[in-house]
Amino acid sequence: MAEYESHEYDVIVIGAGGAGLRAAIESKQRGLRTALVCKSLLGKAHTVMAEGGVAAAMGNVYPEDNWQVHFRDTMRGGKMLNNWRMAQLHAQEAPDRVRELEAWGALFDRTGDGRITQRDFGGHRYARLAHVGDRTGLELIRTLQQRAVSMDIDVFMECKILRLLNDAEGRVSGAVGYWRPSGEFVLFTAKSFILATGSIGKSWQYTSNSWESTGDGHAMALWAGADVIDMECVQFHPTGMVWPLSVRGILVTEGVRGDGGVLRNSEGERFMFDYVADMFRAETADTEAEADRWYEDHAGNRRTPDLLPRDEVARAINTEVKAGRGSPHGGVFLDIASRRPAEYIRRRLPSMYHQFMELAGVDITAEAMEVGPTCHYMMGGVRVDGDTEAATVPGLFAAGEVAGGMHGANRLGGNSLSDLIVFGRRAGIGAADFAEGRTGTPEVDAAEVDAAVAAALEPFGRDGGENPYDVHHSLQDTMQSLVGIIRTGSELEQALGKLTELGERAEKVSVSGGRQYNPGWNLATDLPSMLTVSTAVAQGALARRESRGGHTREDFPNADPELGKVNFVQRQHDERGAGAPIAIGPEPLPKMPAELLELLQEGR
Amino acid sequence: MPDGPEVSMRVWRGDPGGGEFAEYTLPSQEGEVVLDVIHRIQATEAPDLACRWNCKAGKCGSCSAEINGKPRLMCMTRMDDLPEGTVTVAPMRTFPIVRDLVTDVSFNYEKAKQVPAFKPASPGPEGYRMQQIDVERSQEFRKCIECFMCQDVCHVVRDHEENKGRYAGPRFFIRFAELEMHPLDTNDRRDLVREQGGLGLCNITKCCTEVCPEHIKITDNAIIPLKERVVDASYDPVGWLGRKILRRHKMSAEEAAADIT
Repeated sequence: MAEYESHEYDVIVIGAGGAGLRAAIESKQRGLRTALVCKSLLGKAHTVMAEGGVAAAMGNVYPEDNWQVHFRDTMRGGKMLNNWRMAQLHAQEAPDRVRELEAWGALFDRTGDGRITQRDFGGHRYARLAHVGDRTGLELIRTLQQRAVSMDIDVFMECKILRLLNDAEGRVSGAVGYWRPSGEFVLFTAKSFILATGSIGKSWQYTSNSWESTGDGHAMALWAGADVIDMECVQFHPTGMVWPLSVRGILVTEGVRGDGGVLRNSEGERFMFDYVADMFRAETADTEAEADRWYEDHAGNRRTPDLLPRDEVARAINTEVKAGRGSPHGGVFLDIASRRPAEYIRRRLPSMYHQFMELAGVDITAEAMEVGPTCHYMMGGVRVDGDTEAATVPGLFAAGEVAGGMHGANRLGGNSLSDLIVFGRRAGIGAADFAEGRTGTPEVDAAEVDAAVAAALEPFGRDGGENPYDVHHSLQDTMQSLVGIIRTGSELEQALGKLTELGERAEKVSVSGGRQYNPGWNLATDLPSMLTVSTAVAQGALARRESRGGHTREDFPNADPELGKVNFVQRQHDERGAGAPIAIGPEPLPKMPAELLELLQEGR
Repeated sequence: MPDGPEVSMRVWRGDPGGGEFAEYTLPSQEGEVVLDVIHRIQATEAPDLACRWNCKAGKCGSCSAEINGKPRLMCMTRMDDLPEGTVTVAPMRTFPIVRDLVTDVSFNYEKAKQVPAFKPASPGPEGYRMQQIDVERSQEFRKCIECFMCQDVCHVVRDHEENKGRYAGPRFFIRFAELEMHPLDTNDRRDLVREQGGLGLCNITKCCTEVCPEHIKITDNAIIPLKERVVDASYDPVGWLGRKILRRHKMSAEEAAADIT
C-alpha cells in the first residue's frame, strides 16, 4: 500500500495558466469546492510568455470590426479545420471577457479617447489585439491570479499530476500526483476535473515553451479513454530567436511585425511578397508601398504579407534559409530598426528590446534581429463539446491549449489568450454543472493509485539505468529532425520506430538522490506524457496525407479537399497508458450551419 | 574533458539541515547564461541539482538566485558578463531552503493574500474610460514578474526574521501603490499598508530598486509616494477634510480589510 495524502473537492482544475485560473474562478463563483493544482509556483505558467495581445472584436480602433469578421478570420487562418462552434463562441464572447479582465483590475493600453486600444496581428483583418505593451500574458495571468487569491481558491502549487483515475462507471473521479518539494504523493478525488495543462513543445529541441510543456493533459486524457484530435497540427512560430544557441527558440512577438517590422533575407529583399497563397491574394498588398501605407490606412490598402498567418510565414522563412538566403546563424532578418523611431520601438516593444539587448547583445532600435521558426503551439488536443468543453469521457473537461478544435490547423496570433478566457470560463461552467448533477461520492480503485505511485518510484529502484536527460535529448532530436516543420512519410515512419525505442529506454531510466525537489526524477515522470504525445503527433502527421495549416508534408504539398472535411481522431481502447497502442482514424468535422458558411464565402 | 575554454561554478547544495558549495567545471559555450550552465550540470554530473525555472526569457521570475553574492535571474545573466573566474551561485538567503537553489517563497504568497482586492467604481454607460497617461503609473508596477528578489535583498526581512510577520516588503508596496494609483479603484488601503504592511520600517535604501530585473523604480515611484500618502492620511486633518468633501468615497482600512473575501 502506497502512502499518500487525500483531498476531496467538487471541481479540480489541473494547470494554473490563463485557462485554469479562469475555470477555477468560474467554478468557485458558483459556490463549488474548487482547487487548482499546478506544476510550478502560482503565476509562473506559460501564459506569462504571451506577448502580443488578446484578440477580441471590440471595434475600438476599427468600428467596422465585429464577431462575424473575427469568426471568418479564425476559420480561414485555421484552414477550415476548426470546430465551427468554438470559433463562433470565441469570436462572440472574447470582447466581454476582455472587459471583465478590466473590471478585475487589468490595465490595457488606451486609445486617444480612453478606451482599450487594439493592435494589428497576422491574419486578423482589423487591428484587434487588446494589449499591454508586449507583456499582455503577464497582465492576464496576474489579473486572474489576484482574482483567484481574493476569492480564496485553494491552490496546490508545485504539484505534478501523474494520471487520472476513472471510477467503475468510467467517470473521471481521481487524480494522483506528487508534491515536487517533498516528493510525497497525493490523491485528489472530485466530481469533475478540468485539464488546463497547456502545450507539448518540450519534445522538440527548439521551442518557445517552458519545461512544463510536456503534454501531461493530452496524455492523461488519452490514458483516461478520451479522444484527442488534430494532433498533427503543431504550430511553428515564424519568429523565434536563433542566436546565441542557448536562447534559440525563445519567442519574438508577432507584435514586431504588427508595429511595422518586416522580414528580409540576406539580400535585403522583403521576401514575403513572393509567398502569398491564392487564398490570401485578394486581401494582401503586392507592392511595398501599399504594404507600408496599410499600417496607417487599412481601408484604402491591403495588408502587408509580413502579417500572413503564422504557418505561411514560417514555411516562407524555412524556404528562404534552405535556398541559401538566410542570416549568418540560419534565420532571416526581422527589421524594425530602419522603419520606426527608436523611442517608438522601446515604448511599444519594451520586453523585446530588453530580451535582445541582454541575451544577444543586439540593440533592436539600431539593427535587425535574426529570427527563425520555433515550436510554439499545439492546435490539436482533447476533443471537447464546443459549448461545455466536456471531453468524450464523463467527468473530464479541457480548456486552453490542451483542448483541440478551436484553432483548426493553424492558430492566429492573439487567439490564444482569448481562447483561455472564453473557454476557461465555459469549462468552469461545464464542470460545475456536471459536478452539481453528479450524485454520490467519487470513488477510485486504491490499487490503481498504488500502481501509479509504484510506477513513478521505479526509477529509484533501478541501478545503472540511463539518465532521463539523455532520453529526453534523444526525443528532442527525433522530433526536431523527423517531425518538424516540414514532414515526409518515410521520416514519420522512422520517427515512430524511434519513439518505440525511446519508450523502451524510458522504462529503464534510473535516477539518483532523494525525492525532494529532484529534477532528474521529475523529468523521468514527465517522459511518459512526452512519449505518448509525440507518438500521437507522428501518427497524425503520417495519416494526414496533405499539407494544411501547421502540418506540412513535403510528399503531399497541397491541401486535399476531402481531408479538409475530417479530423484525425486518436484514442486508446482496452489497453490504456504510456506505451499502449493509440488507434487513429478520420471522422467528419461537425457540420456548420448555413448562416455561418455564408460568412466564409464573403470576399472570396 | 575536451581542451578549450572552461567555466567553473560553485553551486550551493543542501537542504534545511545544512549544505555546502559543490564545484563543477564544464567546457564553455558561446552566449550562455548561468541557467544554461546549471542545466548542463543537471544533464550530466548532477541530475538531482534542484533549481526553479520556467520561461528562460526573464518573464516569469522563477530562477532567482544569488550570483556572486547578488540577487539576479539566472536566465538573464550571461556568463561572459561576469568577471572571469569561478561563478558562485547560491539560493536566495531571505527564504527558507527547500533544496539546493530552491527556496520556500510561501512568505510572499501569504502576503499577497493580505492585500485587499481591487474594487472598481461602476462603469459609465460606455464602459470604463481611462487615459494612457493615467494607467501608465500603475502599469509600471504591473510589470512585476514576482521574482521576489526585492524581498530577498530587503534588509528589513533579510537580516531580521522577526519582522516577517509585520512587513509586506517591496513587492507588496508596489502592489499597494499600483492599487492606490489605479484610476478605477475605490479601496483605501493607506492605514493598512502602514499598520499591517509595516511601510514605516522601510528606510529607503533602494536595494530593492537596484535588483529589480524589470527596472521598476520601486523606491522612487512606489514607496516614497506611498509614504507621503500614508502621512497625509494619518496626520493631516485639513487634507483629510478636503478629501472627505472633494473626492469620491474610499473605504476605511477596516472596510478594506473586511473586503478581502
